[in-house]
Amino acid sequence: MSDEYENKSGYQAQSSETMTGTGSGVSPDMDYVRPAENPEQDLYHAHSFIEKWVFCQDAKVIGVQYFLTAVFTGVVGLILSWLMRLQLGFPGLAGFITAEHYYQFVTMHGMIMVVYFLTALFLGGFGNYLIPLMVGARDMVFPYVNMLSFWMFFVAVAVLMASFFVPGGPTGAGWTLYPPQTILEGTPGHGWGILLMLISLSLFVIGFTMGGLNYMITILQARTRGMTLMRMPLTVWGIFTATVLAMLAFPALLVSSIMMTLDKLLGTSFFMPTILKAGEVLEYGGGSPILFQHLFWFFGHPEVYIVALPAFGIVSDLISVHARKNIFGYRMMVWAIVGIGALSFFVWAHHMYVSGMNPWFGFFFASTTLIIAVPTAMKVYNWILTLWRGNIRINTVMLWCLGFIVTFVNGGITGIFLGNVSVDVPLSDTYFVVAHFHMVMGIAPLMVIMGAIYHWFPLVAGKMLDEKLGKWHFWTTFLGAYSIYFPMHYLGFIGVPRRYYEMYDSPYMTSGVGLNEFISTAAFIVGAAQLILVFNIVKTMKTGKKAEKNPWKANSLEWYTSTVPPEHGNFGERLPVVHRWPYDYNVPGAEEDYLPQTAAPSEVAHTEVEKT
Amino acid sequence: MSDPKIEGFELEKGFRGMAKDTGSDQTMFKGVHWGKAMMWIFLLSDTFVFSCFLIAYMKGRASTPVEWPNPSEVFALDAFGVPVPLLLIALMTFVLITSSGTMALAVKYGYERNRKMCGYLILATALGGLTFVGMQAYEWSKLIHEGVRPWENPFGAAQFGSFFFMITGFHGTHVSIGVIFLFIYCYKVFAGHYDEGKRGWFTKMRGDYVEVEILGLYWHFVDLVWVFIFAFFYLW
Repeated sequence: MSDEYENKSGYQAQSSETMTGTGSGVSPDMDYVRPAENPEQDLYHAHSFIEKWVFCQDAKVIGVQYFLTAVFTGVVGLILSWLMRLQLGFPGLAGFITAEHYYQFVTMHGMIMVVYFLTALFLGGFGNYLIPLMVGARDMVFPYVNMLSFWMFFVAVAVLMASFFVPGGPTGAGWTLYPPQTILEGTPGHGWGILLMLISLSLFVIGFTMGGLNYMITILQARTRGMTLMRMPLTVWGIFTATVLAMLAFPALLVSSIMMTLDKLLGTSFFMPTILKAGEVLEYGGGSPILFQHLFWFFGHPEVYIVALPAFGIVSDLISVHARKNIFGYRMMVWAIVGIGALSFFVWAHHMYVSGMNPWFGFFFASTTLIIAVPTAMKVYNWILTLWRGNIRINTVMLWCLGFIVTFVNGGITGIFLGNVSVDVPLSDTYFVVAHFHMVMGIAPLMVIMGAIYHWFPLVAGKMLDEKLGKWHFWTTFLGAYSIYFPMHYLGFIGVPRRYYEMYDSPYMTSGVGLNEFISTAAFIVGAAQLILVFNIVKTMKTGKKAEKNPWKANSLEWYTSTVPPEHGNFGERLPVVHRWPYDYNVPGAEEDYLPQTAAPSEVAHTEVEKT
Repeated sequence: MSDPKIEGFELEKGFRGMAKDTGSDQTMFKGVHWGKAMMWIFLLSDTFVFSCFLIAYMKGRASTPVEWPNPSEVFALDAFGVPVPLLLIALMTFVLITSSGTMALAVKYGYERNRKMCGYLILATALGGLTFVGMQAYEWSKLIHEGVRPWENPFGAAQFGSFFFMITGFHGTHVSIGVIFLFIYCYKVFAGHYDEGKRGWFTKMRGDYVEVEILGLYWHFVDLVWVFIFAFFYLW
């Protein structure tokens, strides 16, 4: 850009000044936005039912497809967790749960929830639906590949679910799939189960790569006029950074899956050391099990942030809209997201403190782990400061957001404990760890998902979800989730190990038995409480009141489509032109308490607006 | 080829120019075709895949308790009765790098709308790739005849065969996929699909010579990766 251009555009030169509305500053030039760089996107419209609803190229339909498939796997994961809690709380009550079954439930619950539920839901579901709408694009940049991405994910889920029905059942190696035990006799599902799991993971990575390319390039190259990176909603920033992480972290998962598949099928020894089994030396030898742990966690730790960063982004937008206040420290929030993303590649070995690593290695990873707390804490402060003196609407969406902040802070603080090697070693593999990661990457992102469902349901379906049912849903889920995970910290402190089928007459369990029964009961209630949401959606679709356009009075572009719900192409004849960030709420002097991103400077010249 | 002149402003060079592009609206990489940007990002991701493979190989080679086979002996080829180390592999590398050259020329002629030259050069590239895969198949069968298996080999550490077959196989798969697409693109160029902007069979997107460049990016990447595999497997 030349200086000439800067003068022409007008906003560039005055960007940091506050313009006050005397009218003198108004000139036709101030609304200038650079002409379109991208040609109008050539969209392929569906011609048949199959093209419209099955092999659809519209990112919004693909997003809903991703969402529903992910929710289906999530329900399977929820049922598995019920079965586990049934065994833990009331051992022996359900006779069909053997130790092998229990391990299979643990494994499948973990893998499903982390990869097939949360990742697919945030990036595939919310990403597909919201990215084109929020950046003002007609669709993703390569809709056909985007469609393939979903169907690859669908096949991955089908293969994963098939492992429940093969001889030996699904793998029971724990979701981390540590070799050598994963593929050796004695581990449940060491035959077909683990094979299908590895194949499914590889398919998932391939499918995700196709989607991820679309998300990244749509955000980088297909924004509408006036939409600079620093005017994007934080939702888009969160999903974008998470996608970058996924594109760089999933390769490690793919490679470790391929290598372990070969270990299993061809008898190579990438991860297999010399092994004595019942006095007999196995064929394997010379491999390194620790190598798998490094590869797995090089994927596994960024994976935590692949789940968390979209949640951070979405919750920032929800809080801002429902507190009627601009997000506090927008730039800080963006850089915190990017910083967390970058740091997340340098902390993976904190999952391996007990693998026998060199203490200096542990020292390094403990340091980087604790450094991540800085940008994360900044984000929490900024959410609080956004709420501070805001015009808060205590509706269902806001309740979920507040629930998120509480559970996330809770899980974050226990993370400080576990990040230190000397504290982690005694707590390692206890229920304290279970409580920590469920709080921080299970419940907290789930709170955001729920809030996002209540927030964007009017956009997707055109109807308002029932507030009363929503509040029941929130309070049972929030209090119930706390009843599940808060006592688990205590179980961890008294040394109850995780992944144990039964504690029998262990001396640990004198005070733990009643607690386990309590936790299990709470888990049953919380799981069942999700039916409130299902009922709410069914009821709303049948009898709910029709949503007006932009019911929350939000600023971002997804609410300014030509029709609600948006049609293929999103914005009708003309793409919107963006003049400001999406957080202009309660601007002094404005008639309404919000200024949409499309409001031109000349329209709001009488207000005191910080031009962005 | 990307045109640096976009309506409204000229591209500024250097770090400041990059910062301004990043801070501007609509596109971050000015004038870059969407598909081309996607290919670059994909290649970045694929770089991580190959890096993981090669790092795993280094770790495996460093930590195996049995001695690693000597590559100059294992990969030697008998030429007129004399074992010449790395002969076959040198030929393979030469063919592959040459095909990169023909690919670059194909891109140039494509943008010049020289349909025939572009098509022939893509064909040459495809044949080069095919030759490479053929020679690789020969090398594999030779090693298999000598008793090298993914799980064992007569020369030393079992991991040698494991890593060799896995990594060269993974790379060979990349080359093969590239060859398939080169033949398809060769047909499309000769049929004039890119000149008239005919819509793709599946994607329904309008054809353009930029697709040749995008495939070229992939092809150059596959060649570049080969250089690293060559260095780590045959020269180490």
